[in-house]
Amino acid sequence: MNSLIRIFAVLRKEFLQLSRDRLTFGMIVGIPLLQLLMFGYAINTDVRNLTAAYADEANTHLSRQFISDIAASQVINLSQRVDTVQDLNRLMDAGVIAIGISVPEDFDRRVIARDRSAVQLLVDGTDPIILGVAQQLTALPIAFDSQTAAAPLRLIGVRNYYNPERRSAVNIVPGLVGVILTMTMVMFTAVAIVREKERGNMELLINTPIKTPELMLGKIIPYILIGLIQLVIILTMGRYFFEVPIRGSYAHVLAASLVFIAANLALGLLLSTVTKTQFQAMQMTFFFFLPSILLSGFMFPFDGMPVIAQNIAEVLPLTHFNRLIRGIILRGADITSMWNEMLAMIAFLAVTLTLAIARFSKRLD
Amino acid sequence: MNLDPIAISATGLTRKFGSLIAVNNVDLEIPAGTIYGFLGPNGSGKSTTIRMLCGLLTPSAGAAMVLGMDSVRQSERLKQEIGYMTQRFALFEDLTVRENLQFISAVYALPRARRRSRVNQLLQEFNLMNQTGQRAGTLSGGQKQRLALAAATLHEPKILFLDEPTSAVDPQNRRDFWEKLFEMAQQGTTILVSTHYMDEAARCHRIAILDLGIKVADGSPKELGENIAYNVIEVVADNPNSARLSLAQNKSFTSITQLGVRLRVLIPKEIPDALEQVQLNLRQSQVSAQAEPVFPDLEDIFMAVTEERRRAEAA
Repeated sequence: MNSLIRIFAVLRKEFLQLSRDRLTFGMIVGIPLLQLLMFGYAINTDVRNLTAAYADEANTHLSRQFISDIAASQVINLSQRVDTVQDLNRLMDAGVIAIGISVPEDFDRRVIARDRSAVQLLVDGTDPIILGVAQQLTALPIAFDSQTAAAPLRLIGVRNYYNPERRSAVNIVPGLVGVILTMTMVMFTAVAIVREKERGNMELLINTPIKTPELMLGKIIPYILIGLIQLVIILTMGRYFFEVPIRGSYAHVLAASLVFIAANLALGLLLSTVTKTQFQAMQMTFFFFLPSILLSGFMFPFDGMPVIAQNIAEVLPLTHFNRLIRGIILRGADITSMWNEMLAMIAFLAVTLTLAIARFSKRLD
Repeated sequence: MNLDPIAISATGLTRKFGSLIAVNNVDLEIPAGTIYGFLGPNGSGKSTTIRMLCGLLTPSAGAAMVLGMDSVRQSERLKQEIGYMTQRFALFEDLTVRENLQFISAVYALPRARRRSRVNQLLQEFNLMNQTGQRAGTLSGGQKQRLALAAATLHEPKILFLDEPTSAVDPQNRRDFWEKLFEMAQQGTTILVSTHYMDEAARCHRIAILDLGIKVADGSPKELGENIAYNVIEVVADNPNSARLSLAQNKSFTSITQLGVRLRVLIPKEIPDALEQVQLNLRQSQVSAQAEPVFPDLEDIFMAVTEERRRAEAA
């Protein structure tokens, strides 16, 4: 009973303070909005309009037809025509173009003979995504009208599940839920406790009969609510701005998010016990945030990473949350079919919370 | 009411921070219902001692019993019985006066009805009725101090620890504050207050003088004055500067402190004719001044005991 009174007292105090802290309040809403708009619009792996130039040394009817076909694909933006391959090389060295199209003098003959490739694409391979785009262009058919339209039979066909329009937002938006929650949740709790140390409030608090778990619970609960507000903001925006469907059940989204939020809050508490100033707390947050964002599968497919990176990633709650949330939102997966991901997050929560409570001392030594 | 006549006792209390010994082998015996002062300059170990007695710091050696409870092993039970006012304002600056007190009353888990009446009572008693809705961060120094004391006494503790409570307060507020403390002591509260103001220490029933972590003297202000190993001669001169320069030539005079036109000279009790020596010294330098023996005040006592210790160390 006394415990409840004390937890409720801390809760009430946190809410009062939060409602008066305009900066934090602005960040609660501002961070998801800004990041979502930034990432949602800027990150686009389905690239269009790459700058390109071409050297048409054949200059025949067919070559001109081919160039206009390729321009019509909208994958590239043919900005200029040059005379020779050397000119294309020069432009690419200078970084003016990402793709160069070289049509050789004997283009027509090569198309008829079909013994060597008729066109060469020069690709700036420093960015693997551009290379992937260039690959699409190779599928373009080239033939004289008079040639028998031997439509090249593809032996392997691709069927795109869940995202037929190949829109990046579909992948990015659910991923952003975890990224934004990781950043804000860890930082808010770490800073919230360290701030009380800095301002001297903590010396007063630890001299009262309040118990460590009571204090921690009272601190965590308001931020769980904040996390849920952010979740709603991101998913609503995702739904109406980026048309990301939510195929799974809301209850499952909520369940996965709650555990994930709690895991991050517990980490924030743990960080607050090892730092003395708000600045240190921020630094520690980023020390954790960067590997999370890079290794969790948010940016790069998990399967492509080296084993060591994968092992590190398995520890991070964001990795598991990304699998869960993408599964539930995009594939309509059932949370019970991914119980091991839930379990991994719960384990992380249990370990960090135990460490945080053990490390938080009601003494000043 | 606590029937034990001794509220706080400590033996060999020691605290080290790395190689620094902040508190060194301090023994204390503080009777219940008294106002007990810790007097000492900054860094003398006053705060560290208070924190050890509250159970906030673990002693490196020695032990303290507070209200019959061990300050380390029973620190959680102890917290319900003691109040602690930190040196720095520790309440929440972004909460109002009333919200701060409400928070404290709930943290001490006072019964619901009692919480409301106690908060109102304290607001009245500490003259904060006009500030109930004001954020604590915007209060004046005196108001902050009253709020902090109200918060520290809200759960009616048997012992009150006050760490330099009046350092940011004007004289009128200081006087009111002390009246409050006397009132509480009258009602049986034991009050331990640290200060570096001599006049404040003089108001305490008993004081301990701390210097560099060592308790160099303790007792009532009167006892301390009687027990020091020095006579105090007060010199009133038209030109106190030249009087001071003249007196400084006599190396057997331990210290000379100037207070406006008055000089206070400490002379070891071994020297039997202290007054004559001072008068002789002044005549020889042809400085016109009156000299008379006086009862040591706390500042003299402080000079005397710290001086004695330095000598003992040098020897």
